[in-house]
Amino acid sequence: MKKLTVFIVGLLLIQFSVNAQSNALIERVTKKLNLVNDYVATGVMKTDVAFIKASLGKVKVYFKKPNLLKVKKEGGISLLPKGGVSVTINSLLNNKQYIAIESGVQVYKGKSLQAIKLIPTDDKLDWVISTLWIDPVDALVYKTFTTTKENGTYEITMEYGQYANFGLPSKVIFGFNTKDYKLPNGITLEFGDEDPAAKQKVLKQKKGTIEITYASYIINQGVSNSMF
Amino acid sequence: MWPIIQIELFKIYKRPRTYIAFGAIAALILVIQMGLKIDGEAYAGFLMKDINDTLTVDGKVLNGYLICYILLQLLLVHVPLLVALIAADMLSGEANLGTLRLLFTTPYSRTQWVLAKFIAASLYTILLLIWLAFLALFLSMWIFGTDDLFLMKSNYVVLIQEQDVFWRYIGAFIFASFSLLTVAALGFLMSSLANNSIGPIVATISAIVFFTILSTLNIPLFNVVKPYLFTTHMNNWKEFFDIQVDESNDAITGSVLNMAKIKNSIIILTVHIGLFVGASIWIMKKKDILS
Repeated sequence: MKKLTVFIVGLLLIQFSVNAQSNALIERVTKKLNLVNDYVATGVMKTDVAFIKASLGKVKVYFKKPNLLKVKKEGGISLLPKGGVSVTINSLLNNKQYIAIESGVQVYKGKSLQAIKLIPTDDKLDWVISTLWIDPVDALVYKTFTTTKENGTYEITMEYGQYANFGLPSKVIFGFNTKDYKLPNGITLEFGDEDPAAKQKVLKQKKGTIEITYASYIINQGVSNSMF
Repeated sequence: MWPIIQIELFKIYKRPRTYIAFGAIAALILVIQMGLKIDGEAYAGFLMKDINDTLTVDGKVLNGYLICYILLQLLLVHVPLLVALIAADMLSGEANLGTLRLLFTTPYSRTQWVLAKFIAASLYTILLLIWLAFLALFLSMWIFGTDDLFLMKSNYVVLIQEQDVFWRYIGAFIFASFSLLTVAALGFLMSSLANNSIGPIVATISAIVFFTILSTLNIPLFNVVKPYLFTTHMNNWKEFFDIQVDESNDAITGSVLNMAKIKNSIIILTVHIGLFVGASIWIMKKKDILS
């Protein structure tokens, strides 16, 4: 009985210790993110989905605490992963409704990153589990992998530049799963001009990415709620 | 030759059936535009069902450029039938009325008369196309506004930037003029073979339907002849709306995926026009107008 009590207390202590460590790092990340109340960023968006041919487009990204985010293309039609862009570090961390579990150190692009798994404590949240790869030196998140309830999985990778002090990336790549695309020839009226090779290529690639390269940020100058 | 072209144009102008095509095109386009204006979002939602499973599309998808593309897809299949109404009556109508004999005894040669009639029929065809362009493109742009062209093909989607769209329509309409002139030339050839109005019109329409079916069937036996059928090439105006991508899958603004296919189609259609008109001239030169 005594041994069992010691074992349970030990386990609890280890768990507490793990949480405390990961929380400390996440707290540093959160503290950095909290420097930004809102921003308007300009950048260039690239859509890379196998069944879509689209050119680069200039975008404006609006953010407001706690987790309002809107990507708007400057004129024209924009394509964004369904629900994916809103699954950001802010939306994961700002609600504080998660359990953090450290899950080792991994080397990513020459940096030793701390992998931390987040499990939501609120069943109403859209995401099921998320893994964050954080650089413990500068408290920057370089990669996240999030599984959602309805919209599949999203992989977000980030690069940092002159706005790293605010935890804001210079480049974000949203990776997401795509579903099959097919319209009957009777609707498109494209009879007799199928290209089997092109079709095969389309069907093989089921991963899509949206890449935003930021040129500038206007931070904490106020953003109206009507933008979202 | 200009005076006899003017005479032929005047004849077309005075013929009531000339205006059937203009009226039919206007009615069809206005009805489709009205339908899409009232309930277009539901139509777009149906088309974008697969895309909406993965992506959120933000912007004015149902704009004038897309409406024009939808209209051209529907109408450029049927406008040839309207062209046949006039072109297939140009020579046989004269034979039916007995005025062919009169024409061929004027100082103008038979070749000049045939060419004058073909030029007049061609001008009518071009006017019909301009009317179609005015209603389908400019009226749609005015009613629905403009934005990027979000084009949903059978296996993929093409997103063309707004500033990169208009010239493609110019190209598509120029290409369509070759398609319709081929039909006019076919009607003309049929017209040279008959002495009544209805026969060549029905024969031209039947030939278009027949060859269109052959062109659309993916049966290996027909694939051998398909590249030589004018109906295979008539729909290639759509190639103006397919775009090249670079190695990183970025669409290249201002590019056309398969310009060689467009050029090849124009050459084949031009050869058809030449053959049909040449054959018509040859037949009319040999035609017995005394009996």
